[in-house]
Amino acid sequence: MIALLLRDLKLAFRAGGGFGLGLAFFLIVTVMVPFSVGPQSALLSTIAPGVLWLGALLACLLSLDRLLALDWEDGSLDLLATAPLPLEAVVTIKALAHWITTGLPLVLAAPVLGVLLNLPVAGFSWLVVSLLVGTPALSVIGTFGAALTVGLKRGGLLLSLLVLPLYVPTLIFGAEAARRGAVGMDTGTPMLMLAGITAATVALLPFASAAVLRVNLR
Amino acid sequence: MTFSTKANALWEYANPKKFLATTERVLPFFWASAAACLAVGLIWGFFFTPDDYRQGATVKIIYLHVPAALLAINAWFMMLLTSLIWLIRRHHVSALAARAAAPVGVVMTLIALATGAIWGQPMWGTWWAWDPRLTSFLILFLFYLGYIALWEAIENPDTAADLTSVLCLVGSVFAILSRYAVNFWNQGLHQGASVMRIEAVTGGDTQEKVSNVFFYPLLVCIVGFVLLFVALVLYRTGTEIRARRIRALLARERVGA
Repeated sequence: MIALLLRDLKLAFRAGGGFGLGLAFFLIVTVMVPFSVGPQSALLSTIAPGVLWLGALLACLLSLDRLLALDWEDGSLDLLATAPLPLEAVVTIKALAHWITTGLPLVLAAPVLGVLLNLPVAGFSWLVVSLLVGTPALSVIGTFGAALTVGLKRGGLLLSLLVLPLYVPTLIFGAEAARRGAVGMDTGTPMLMLAGITAATVALLPFASAAVLRVNLR
Repeated sequence: MTFSTKANALWEYANPKKFLATTERVLPFFWASAAACLAVGLIWGFFFTPDDYRQGATVKIIYLHVPAALLAINAWFMMLLTSLIWLIRRHHVSALAARAAAPVGVVMTLIALATGAIWGQPMWGTWWAWDPRLTSFLILFLFYLGYIALWEAIENPDTAADLTSVLCLVGSVFAILSRYAVNFWNQGLHQGASVMRIEAVTGGDTQEKVSNVFFYPLLVCIVGFVLLFVALVLYRTGTEIRARRIRALLARERVGA
């Protein structure tokens, strides 16, 4: 399992593109927001938590179609499926690798972008914590979407259509936690719900992902 | 005893031939009764009920809005059920019924959203509000779109049936989750007041809020919509079965030649 994780990480680092691309996208989306809504700092600081969450979510989405497609194309996915490691573990590791290469950098970059959007000081820690708790769910749900569409020619757009509705609860609770943190309200309930979603998806969704991957490899 | 024979009787329709033969016989009755119920319910509702003292004539859109909304949700439940049957018992008719129901469900969702907007404009002064109920319907609409798109994208019919079934199961869980998330989210945005007003007007507590004058024609309309839905789904399932047969015949011909 660790070998697989290391392999995926190495591929992500060395092949280029995937790793930095998500971050760059996150930066660009965030920079575009003031251009579209205007530079008033009061307005920006109000919408900053939501915009940063949405940007992180979209950046996460962007890298999903590479998650399994490359392994599918060169046939290593077939090898992984016939390996002694259960496919459930394989997809979990894939999701973990995706999180380390995409989710974690986004979490780390978010405070910097928060400065650009005039995020209130109280909001920084909550933004980071909510993203840290929520992005694993995004990776796991995304892996399910990637497993569904792996065999398709034009899977990319369909993947977004399938995954975005599944992201709704995570986005709502994550952005709400960050927003409440920014205005100094109690963040308990949304944080708990967000953690619950992450825990449940990490625990259960790999089974669904492995099931659809088996169908696709059949 | 009776239960087991009954259950067997139901599973007989997993045989496409039996399914087609039976639906062909019962479909005319479904079409006719759906048309009759809708005609009676809508004409009764539109022309022979008084205007509401507060809402005026706009209240009459309820005869389209409520049945459509009801079916939009129940069509998804039906798809969930048939998807489960497909995954567990591998009956092709079941998977095709799920496929056949999805476009009907999406149209019902659209009708509910559109009539809701038309109703909302004079009542709340806005076509759209991010009320939990409205928002969850919009999310349901997106789920339908994804489901249909996945069916369309996959060529192998068995693979498509498997993948969409799993998507339907996972989607159901997330749809319910979204419903609660949206409830929470809107309360978090603005407290109480508007929600109370909206609650009093739409769905949910229909039975208590809507007086009998409106309720009976509404009931007839709901029955009519359900019959129409059943007829459409049976009809479309039959079409899917025939389409698959044609594909099988063509494939055989190609192999033979």
